[in-house]
Amino acid sequence: MATNDSTTNVKRLQVRRYKPEENPETHYLNQEKGLWAWLTTVDHKKIGLMYLGAIAFFFFVGGVLALLLRTELLTPARSFMDADVYNQVFTLHGAIMIFFFLIPAGPAVLGNFILPLQLGAKDVAFPRLNLASFYIYVIGAVFTLVAIFTGGVDTGWTFYTPYSATTGGNVMAMTFGVFILGFSSILTGMNFIVTIHKMRAPGITWNKLPLNMWALYATSIIQILATPVLAITLLLLTMERALGIGIFDPALGGDPVLYQHFFWFYSHPAVYIMIVPGFGVISEVISTFSRKIIFGYWAIALSSLAIAFIGFLVWGHHMFTAGQSSLANMVFSFLTFLVGIPTGIKIFNWLATMYKGSIDMKTPMLYAMVFLFLFTLGGFTGIMLGALSVDIHLHDTYYVVAHFHYVMMGGMVMAFLAGLHYWWPKIFGKMYSEFWAKISLGLLFIGFNMTFLPQFVMGAQGMPRRYFNYIDQFQSFHQFSTIGAYVMGVAFVIMAGYMLHSLMKGKPASANPWGSRALEWQTSSPPDLHNFHHTPVVINGPYDYHKPMSEFQLGIATSHNGHGHHDHETVNVPKTEKEQA
Amino acid sequence: MSQTSSTEEKLDHLKHYFVDSDQQFEASKLGMWVFLVTEILFFGGLFVAYIVYRAWYPELFLLASEELDAFWGMVNTFVLIGSSLTVAMAIRSAQLNQIRGLIINLWITIGLAITFMVIKYFEYSEKFAKGIVPGSAYSYEGVAHEKANIFFSIYYMMTGLHGLHVIIGIGLMIWLVIKAKKKVFHSGYYTPVEITGLYWHLVDVIWIFLFPLLYLID
Repeated sequence: MATNDSTTNVKRLQVRRYKPEENPETHYLNQEKGLWAWLTTVDHKKIGLMYLGAIAFFFFVGGVLALLLRTELLTPARSFMDADVYNQVFTLHGAIMIFFFLIPAGPAVLGNFILPLQLGAKDVAFPRLNLASFYIYVIGAVFTLVAIFTGGVDTGWTFYTPYSATTGGNVMAMTFGVFILGFSSILTGMNFIVTIHKMRAPGITWNKLPLNMWALYATSIIQILATPVLAITLLLLTMERALGIGIFDPALGGDPVLYQHFFWFYSHPAVYIMIVPGFGVISEVISTFSRKIIFGYWAIALSSLAIAFIGFLVWGHHMFTAGQSSLANMVFSFLTFLVGIPTGIKIFNWLATMYKGSIDMKTPMLYAMVFLFLFTLGGFTGIMLGALSVDIHLHDTYYVVAHFHYVMMGGMVMAFLAGLHYWWPKIFGKMYSEFWAKISLGLLFIGFNMTFLPQFVMGAQGMPRRYFNYIDQFQSFHQFSTIGAYVMGVAFVIMAGYMLHSLMKGKPASANPWGSRALEWQTSSPPDLHNFHHTPVVINGPYDYHKPMSEFQLGIATSHNGHGHHDHETVNVPKTEKEQA
Repeated sequence: MSQTSSTEEKLDHLKHYFVDSDQQFEASKLGMWVFLVTEILFFGGLFVAYIVYRAWYPELFLLASEELDAFWGMVNTFVLIGSSLTVAMAIRSAQLNQIRGLIINLWITIGLAITFMVIKYFEYSEKFAKGIVPGSAYSYEGVAHEKANIFFSIYYMMTGLHGLHVIIGIGLMIWLVIKAKKKVFHSGYYTPVEITGLYWHLVDVIWIFLFPLLYLID
């Protein structure tokens, strides 16, 4: 930064306390009016909300598809849909949930809304690219809808060749849609990396960065390194279908296993794009509701980066039965075990944070508890699958399905809901009903375990995934699982109900209803269009609950609100003093 | 950047969410570098495909490479390296506030980029005429290898995507010329010139890898 005093680089700031305004008249939701202002907004908070609407829609679609699948599986033979339709439905359920819900849920929704607030920035570094990323997402979604209505896709969400290069339906529109979607993810990652590097408020050093930021930083690194590889893979697949370039098609001399390598080089790290933002949310929630400084700050921060790094080296564990060399299998198996270490470090640090804390079992904290329980189960079964000999038995069975849903739904969806409930008062300025939230959470927990615990047993007994029919011995497991899925459906309906009620008639939220020390709570709820009425100054860590609240509500003392072109804000101390006099 | 005192500095370009010009410049530049990393991984997939198939069919690559004309490949290499020089000179002109020099250098760069594409067009059409086309319509008999189509699929994917990047670069530089004529750039603000230059160098570097890997291995 420029300094007028050439003899010193030390920046002197006039700082004063700013208490966040309670229930402000004007905030980001009403400062710009009209639909057009929404659709063309470059405000990160509104873009996050538009993403929230989009992923809620896709979560609903994907969820209905899941209920259709579970209903079909009530009986061993055909219940109400044909096998071809079944194949399309499970493909769409997977592709929609992964590409259109799970991947944007962490970074693009919660990240977009919270990241600049936690950094004390007015916006992300490239707001227009941020808006572009949303529309690129919409265009990708349109292509996918086109694919659904022009023949459908029955390849599974992995689009394995050679089947995907030869089957009917509209695979091209689908893969092209996912290809486009990748760019939206890349833009988000790029924006976040630059914003975290360059736009932190005065005083936010790397060791005062909230752990949510570290998690989003690790996620962004995965997004920018892995997503381009998916893009080129899907482009090659599209070319394979369009021209027959022969790189993946054995009939033309190509190698289908090469496709699997390419695909998993993206798609394994992609599961960390989905889950690592969840880790960030859990760190925030557990510290806030334990009223205690986070245990092992650096261990949690660096373990996110370690997961991002190791995540790039384990893709081969999806291909243990695909004819890899046994040496490659052993190396990938070993590296897969290594992922357990940073993940375990996180779990233990969260538990240690709660130890002797004054724990307040509000809804977000309960979600975090559910996350810890379900994600740990999902993680352990992942270690099982990473073991070579066990995987030969369990590969492509319901055991894998159950493991994946435990980490993704039990892990990421629970963490996302924890974050949504945690930041809901900040986002909308309204409270929701704790009572109904807890009822819904209880049903969700019961329904989830009813759905997926039997699938571990089924899978271990040999029930293959993606099958339309099954032998009679599995029927009771399948029926139990289906009932569980209905229970989850009810839980989500209740959730939609109390959230809508909160939006319409919810009690107004205070600026900091949870008493958090993090920066996003030191502005009004909902925040101003420019996030803060002042440039925040940070002197304490985000989890320093032993320090008084007044030390967390500091900003640069200037006569204006800190917007517009304000070069004098950099250092001009004499001028500021004169203004105050 | 901090040479000019803040009172004289024109600040039309400064976005409200940045504290000062330096922060905005550095953010844009870092953003471009991050984008270049994604580009390298994007092309990286194709380079991996190249490595895998070359390891499997080394003799195919040697045979098929003879169909590529190393002379015109080399001409194109010099054309692109020359354009990297002129784009660097354009940035220097902008830093020195020489807007006329900036515009001239950009035009030369655009001219060189178009030269590259014209040469590429003649190379492609010569191959298409022989039946060397990407994909299953491949019908050329001159390469004595049953998987000859794969080499050319990789060739067309790599050079085609690279060519697409050259065309995007031409578009970006025309946009820069238009902005420069509107007197948008000066020594205190030339960020778009700088980051387009970074992009253009990457396009150049990728070609420097493609040329020997495809043309010179025979």
